[in-house]
Order: sequence, then C-alpha cells, then structure tokens
Amino acid sequence: MKATKVEEKIFLTIMICSTVFVLSCLILILATVIWRGLPALNLSMLLQTPKGGFYLGKEGGILNAIMGSLFLAGGATALAMAISLPIALFLHFYAKRSWHGGVVRLALDVLWGIPSIVYGAFAFILMLWLGLRASLLGGIIALTFLELPIMTRGMDEAINMVHPLLKESSYSLGATRLETALKIVVRQAIPGLLTSSLLAFGRGIGDAASVLFTAGFTDHLPTSLFKPAASLPLAIFFQLSTPFPAVQNRAYASALILTGIVLGLSIMSRRIAGRLTEHVIR
Amino acid sequence: MYDPHIRINKWNVWYGSDHALVNITADIPAKGITTIIGPSGCGKTTLLKSMNRLLDEMAGTRVKGQVWLDGINIYDPGVDVTEVRTRVGFLAPKPFPLPMSIYDNVAYGPRIHRHTLNSRGGNDHDLDGIVENNLRAAGLWEEVKDRLRTSATRLSTGQQQRLCLARALAVEPDVLLCDEPTSALDPIAAQKIEAQLQALKKERTIVVVTHMLRQARRMADYVILLWMGELVETGPAMQVFVNPRDERTRAYLDGDIG
Ligand SMILES: Nc1ncnc2c1ncn2[C@@H]1O[C@H](COP(=O)(O)OP(=O)(O)OP(=O)(O)O)[C@@H](O)[C@H]1O
Ligand SMILES: [Mg+2]
Repeated sequence: MKATKVEEKIFLTIMICSTVFVLSCLILILATVIWRGLPALNLSMLLQTPKGGFYLGKEGGILNAIMGSLFLAGGATALAMAISLPIALFLHFYAKRSWHGGVVRLALDVLWGIPSIVYGAFAFILMLWLGLRASLLGGIIALTFLELPIMTRGMDEAINMVHPLLKESSYSLGATRLETALKIVVRQAIPGLLTSSLLAFGRGIGDAASVLFTAGFTDHLPTSLFKPAASLPLAIFFQLSTPFPAVQNRAYASALILTGIVLGLSIMSRRIAGRLTEHVIR
Repeated sequence: MYDPHIRINKWNVWYGSDHALVNITADIPAKGITTIIGPSGCGKTTLLKSMNRLLDEMAGTRVKGQVWLDGINIYDPGVDVTEVRTRVGFLAPKPFPLPMSIYDNVAYGPRIHRHTLNSRGGNDHDLDGIVENNLRAAGLWEEVKDRLRTSATRLSTGQQQRLCLARALAVEPDVLLCDEPTSALDPIAAQKIEAQLQALKKERTIVVVTHMLRQARRMADYVILLWMGELVETGPAMQVFVNPRDERTRAYLDGDIG
C-alpha cells in the first residue's frame, strides 16, 4: 500500500472511532434516562404542579418546573439574542481592523469557560444591588449572562462565513454598512444565527447552578417576573437527592422531559430555518 | 479631444507595502466602452475598484492621487461613498446574487435609494416597472418573467450574471464598471452580456476589464493598457490596436506577453 492510502485508512479509523464514541455516549445517557424515567412518566406529571412538596412528593407533576424552565431559558435567549446580534455585527463591520475586536473576542472566549455557578453568584450580587430577590427575572438575568458568550461567538463565526463578495455586491449598489449588515449579511447568516441561538438555549435550559440562587424554586407556576420560578434542572437535582427510589425515578422522568423539549426545539428550529433559508446562497 | 467622464490623475495604490498602481494618469471618455487590458496581476481590478471606492472595503490599502468624476474628486474627505457607488455601478467577474428573490435582487438598489431617485424625478411606486425595465435591459426578462418571486440562486450562472447586470442598472448609474464580466460564462452567455453592454454604451460610460484581446477588439472604443502597475498606453481603440506607440503594447498585442 502507498503511504497516502495508509494515511487515509488511519484517518478514517480515527473518524469512525470518534463518531462511535460520541454516539454511544449519547445512546447510553438516553437509554438510562428512558429506562428509569419512562415508567415514572405520566400525563399528570406533565400537566400538574407538585403535591406535598417536591422533595418528598411522588404525587402531582412538574408543570411548575417545565413552565419555569421555558420562561427562564426563553426569556434569557430572547434577551441574549437582542444583545448578541448587535455585538456580532459590530465586531464584523466596525471593529474588524482594530484591536478592540480581538479584545472582545478574547473576553468572550474566556467568559465561555467560566463555570455557571460563578455566573449565578455574579447575577446574585447584581440582583442584591438592584434590590431583586430570587425571582424569574433574576434567573433570566443570570441565564442571559451564561448564554451571551456562546451565542455571540457563534453568531460572530456565522457572520464571518458570509462571502466577502456578497458584501461587495451590496456596497457596489450604494448600500451603507448598516444596510448591508441588516439586509444582506443577517439574511445570509440566518442558519448559523439560529444554530447559535439554539445552542445557547440548550445551555441555558440545562443549567442548574446559575439559577440556584437567582431564580430559586417554587411549587407554583411562574406568574410574575418578581416571584421565584422553578426549573427542570433543579427539580431533577432535588428529586435525585431524596432517599426514595420512586421520587428518584421521577427525576429521570423529568430529565426525559427536558431532553424532549431540547429535541423538539431543535426539530422545530430546523423547520423554521428551512423556510427562512430558501434564498440563502450556498 | 474628447469629453472625459472620469479623470484619473497621478493615481497610486498600495496593498500594504506592495505598490500595485504607480502614477496612473488616464481619462475615461463619456459614453462608449473603455477597456482596460494587460497581463494578469498588472492592476486592472485595482484600477477599476479605484473608480467607485470599492477599494475602501479592502484591508490595508493606501492611495495617493485623485480620481475625478464629473469634476469632483471622489477621494475628497467630504464625499459620500454611497453616493459615488450609486453613480458608478460595478459588475463582478463572478455573479453573486443577493440572498433573496429575483425581483428583490433588482429592487434592492432602488429601495435603498428611494430618496435620491425621487428627487431626480423617479417614481418609487413603480417598482414593478423598474424591475421589468432593467431585466429587459439586461436581456433576462423573457426567461424569468414567470418566476420573479423565486430564489435568484436557482438561475444558471449566465442568467445570474445578467441578473447582476440588471441589479446594477436599476440604480441608474452613469458609469458601469465591469470586471471580466464574461470570464465565468460560456461563449453564448458571454455573447449575451457583450451585446447588452454594446447596447448600453449609447447612454452610459462603460469600463470593461478583460483578459481576452479579441473581446477588447470587438468592444473597445478606447483602451487603457496596464503593465506591472504602470500605464503603458491609452487612447482610442483604433490608434492603440492599429498603430501602437509603445513597444510593450506591440508585444502584448502580438501575444508575446500576458
Ligand atoms: N487584496 C489584496 N491584497 C494584497 N494584494 C493584492 C490584493 N489585491 C490585489 N493585490 C495585488 O495587487 C496587484 C494587482 O492586482 P489586481 O487584482 O488589480 O490585478 P489584475 O490585473 O486584476 O489581475 P487579474 O487579471 O489576474 O485579475 C497584484 O500584484 C496583486 O497581487
Ligand atoms: Mg482582476
């Protein structure tokens, strides 16, 4: 065999191994969650709030945590999008040739690696300063901080992928930078922008530590921005830490629901992306 | 002699420390087709992009000299870049449709420039008309009139290039810069573009960069020949092609270089 053939073989093997490894991890996790959670899952769990306290309760459901998590992560993702997109556009269109851009990117990369409990603590201090207690709003603020770095960097990359000649086309028609950014680049980058938002949402909805102090927990549905809100990761955490197997199984059922939400959202956003990207140049 | 539309005066461009254009002085006459020819890498694209300030969008460029458009130096600090680019259109070598429908591609410019077009007596309610007229002017109307709302990416490369022409014309530029407008096209599609440019030259000033000497001979009313960043010869096509003054022009035309 020629050296190039051998090389190809080696790379192919590595690729297959890593794919198999990632897939089997996913399958193992899913299998555990389904195996232990599915029997405990029922309709009342999806549709009712807890009865008799989440720590001891095997009655009622976790609708409080489902709604809480959707509100927390949804609100945070919306806020983070509103902040990330302008930052990403600014980085690309105005700070490209200056050192500011590099500093901002470095900061975002560092922020990305900071543990979520630190975000929780930071948001908590901010809340104290603002006079907020543990509340839906507090949780949204904490999750927004958590989601910002991953979303902004993702959007930054998506925008950088837009072909320079596409921008040149727009400029040569007399469009300003802003018009080019909003009417051409955002359109062209929509798939990447949506993926970044989805990744950030996934990170936000799955995080327990950052909402622990900031959103708190409650058995009630989230009805006000200024009252505590439950969340799925914390529900899972509390249920898992009881000594009762029946309640622990409910934790797996909750994990299953959380996974289902993320999966459902991924599929939905793909559909939406498909519709929005009819005109995207490939 | 003739009436210059664009007057390039002692024009220099650097990419970093690379001196890409050296002291170019040339006139682009009003109306008609001026072709810029010369071997690869001699600075044709650079000179073309100097004329509508697309050069500004590239990192690390530095310029010296003046480019006069209708008596205004477009590199004066007070000049509005978007205004320059509205008056001087650009057609790239490879078609790049905007990520939207065929209709919206042509309407993009007019929508952006509603105000200016209105003040020039244009009518912004007649977008449909603008789109149709410019698609006709680019020779594309018959092929796309039934699918204006479909994505521009579904057109063939040749059709896309004519769409880009229509898109550029819709802004009503006085000058149209074309950088090897047919290099990505097959001979028939290329011929269509050439024919459209020939038709357009009665009303507009057209500058065409080309690699193909035959194309230059077919189209040119005036010629600018560049050589390693320097201007070798410029003048009416008849004179340059039939009776070149410079030894290098003779060699280039005979195919000894480039
Ligand atoms: N973006 C850039 N950065 C650095 N140098 C560049 C850049 N663009 C062009 N150059 C250099 O400037 C010189 C002129 O380039 P230009 O593209 O104007 O040539 P050209 O005549 O259009 O060539 P071709 O016929 O191959 O298109 C070349 O030496 C090229 O390497
Ligand atoms: Mg070129």
